[in-house]
Amino acid sequence: MLIIDNLHARVAGKGILKGLSLAVKAGEVHAIMGPNGAGKSTLGYVLAGREGYEVTAGTVTYDGTDLLALAPEDRATAGVFLAFQYPVEIPGVNNTYFLRTALNAQRKRRGEAELDSMQFLKLVRERLKVMQLSPDLLNRAVNEGFSGGEKKRNEIFQMAVLEPRLAILDETDSGLDIDALKLVADGVNALRAADRAFIVVTHYQRLLDYIVPDFVHVLADGRIVESGDRTLALKLEEHGYAWVAGRQPAAGAA
Amino acid sequence: MSNAFAAAVGDAAGATLSRLPGAGVAWLDAARHAHLSAFLRDGLPSTRSEAWKYTSLRALEQRAFALGDVDAATRSVETRMLALSGVDGPQLVFVNGMFRADLSRLDDLPAGLQLQSLAAALILDADSLREAFGTATTDAFDRLNATLAGDGVVLRVMPGVRIAAPVRLVFLGAPAAVDLAWHARALIVLGEGSELVLVEQHGDAGAHAHLGTLVSDIRLQRGARLHWNVLQEAGPGAVLIRRSAFRLATDAVATLHALELGGALVRHAITAVLEGDRARFITRGVFAPGGRQHLETRLDIRHEARDTASDALWRGVANDRGRGVLHGAITVAAGADGSDARLDNKNLLLSAQAEIDTQPVLEIHADAVKAGHGATVGQLDERVLFYLRSRGLPLEQARALLTSAFCRVALDRLDPAPLREHFAARLARHLPRLAGDSEA
Ligand SMILES: Nc1ncnc2c1ncn2[C@@H]1O[C@H](COP(=O)(O)OP(=O)(O)OP(=O)(O)O)[C@@H](O)[C@H]1O
Ligand SMILES: [Mg+2]
Repeated sequence: MLIIDNLHARVAGKGILKGLSLAVKAGEVHAIMGPNGAGKSTLGYVLAGREGYEVTAGTVTYDGTDLLALAPEDRATAGVFLAFQYPVEIPGVNNTYFLRTALNAQRKRRGEAELDSMQFLKLVRERLKVMQLSPDLLNRAVNEGFSGGEKKRNEIFQMAVLEPRLAILDETDSGLDIDALKLVADGVNALRAADRAFIVVTHYQRLLDYIVPDFVHVLADGRIVESGDRTLALKLEEHGYAWVAGRQPAAGAA
Repeated sequence: MSNAFAAAVGDAAGATLSRLPGAGVAWLDAARHAHLSAFLRDGLPSTRSEAWKYTSLRALEQRAFALGDVDAATRSVETRMLALSGVDGPQLVFVNGMFRADLSRLDDLPAGLQLQSLAAALILDADSLREAFGTATTDAFDRLNATLAGDGVVLRVMPGVRIAAPVRLVFLGAPAAVDLAWHARALIVLGEGSELVLVEQHGDAGAHAHLGTLVSDIRLQRGARLHWNVLQEAGPGAVLIRRSAFRLATDAVATLHALELGGALVRHAITAVLEGDRARFITRGVFAPGGRQHLETRLDIRHEARDTASDALWRGVANDRGRGVLHGAITVAAGADGSDARLDNKNLLLSAQAEIDTQPVLEIHADAVKAGHGATVGQLDERVLFYLRSRGLPLEQARALLTSAFCRVALDRLDPAPLREHFAARLARHLPRLAGDSEA
């Protein structure tokens, strides 16, 4: 589904990704761990198409097409979803209205019928079972005044409504209380499917107790330096990143 | 007078003045001639004049406009696009400045509402209008208007009367063989304890160039309430210069909502004098120039009595080479103790060539005054745009959505609700066109 090959990217003139390779097949869950500043969020932004994140070498192929050639909205329409590490607040834009506009914009571009407000509300009600969110949050401006945890839950709720095929979750577990962490994990697990893949960026092995990954990678200094199964996360928890530091890129990462 | 604009006025004025409604009334003739000679003496102001610092009239000075449209009574115009469904109270329609009875609705006026065209009022009883016409002024367009306005609106609400249905005043430009100038005047008095909803609309019945001036003189007597709503959708060739002068007695409340969307060169000077204790003046609006539009709104609010309140909230959005100006002057005069004065103006630039000038001026000469003003000019937040696009909204739609959200607060308190929805819809229709296609 996704093949990242030797990806180099710069932000503000500074090289951040330095030859990152990663392959993700449909149905898989990949966890990415790594020290602060390693380039994990940068990878998410590059995949989602944020301006200012300049790819200087390498390729990203998604479903056989060149993902990097697409505008951000076209990537979303093709099924790429990024749950932001720091979701932005959008004053004056109602959360539900925003989500319906986004869903219908995607549907329209895919040539599907748009949902009217009744159909959309029905969908929202259904998805609320997957990811609970108080009605109050649905009716407020997008993320405005939301607590850190509420913002993260809102990201997963959006994911549940938009039903992407490739979801990149950037530290969605940070700032969540224990109950919310379980809720978010349940939300993700409910969406796991044979034709959908996840890249889960996290600092904490605990999340991976709930969302059990097929692969765990260590991203350090702009490269995948170690890959393994879920036990790698346990090793990292025990030894820290020091023992992977300085390694060469893992050969044929996953 | 070396410029074409003033020369055209000078050449035509003599003949025009003798034909205007009210000609022959001695005090009115004298006032018109006095204003005319003052205009011809001083001409149009330059940008060296403080009040015209942001709006250059150099290009206008080189143009000649014919005075009045001899065919205004018979031009066929389409008013459907201006209709606000469900708002079907009394209405007065003016085409190129001339009252059109055939397009207006003045029968079955509610009890306690007097409403007629200024031309009719001048012919029937000019003397009752003397006070309103006598106003001294130093402004060139006020002088021009006082000289040449022969039509407009005279509206009175009797004390204690609440008029439920909004009254519409519609000013339409219609194509003519030459560039036309028209001058209209509105004289409005709300009696003690009365209430009125007004809609002032500007539109175009086909592309053409014209100059329109409108001077509105609005008095609210004790405890009166006025909801004044302006929908300015003049055509792309229109030069529109308006002054709305409010005077509020004790406990009177005037609320002005304005959408400044159309026109080439548009200026609206709003003056409000809070003469009586506890009088309140609320003004909210949006100006949204694109292309090469120049839209200026000026507020001059004077607190002259105790415990008076003013609240101004404006949003500006400019794209392309559009230019917006908001000048907001608030004066709290000596003795107006306990007054509360607020001004909030936020602006959004959608392109590198767009410009918005915002100038809050606060002068306080009284005690125990609460006053606050804030003015900002910014751009759409790239991070927010990316967030929206990452959810599937095309760039243009994302820009339009954020621009609408930015402006929404300006219409929040527009009453009644059906009118608010109409205004919101007009704004919602305008903004994507404005925000969507930018070279930025
Ligand atoms: N706009 C920018 N300008 C300059 N440097 C930037 C910019 N964006 C990111 N960087 C730098 O790029 C590096 C990688 O940042 P990134 O956010 O990808 O790290 P991360 O792995 O997600 O870290 P964390 O675990 O703390 O979230 C950091 O050193 C960061 O300071
Ligand atoms: Mg990060």
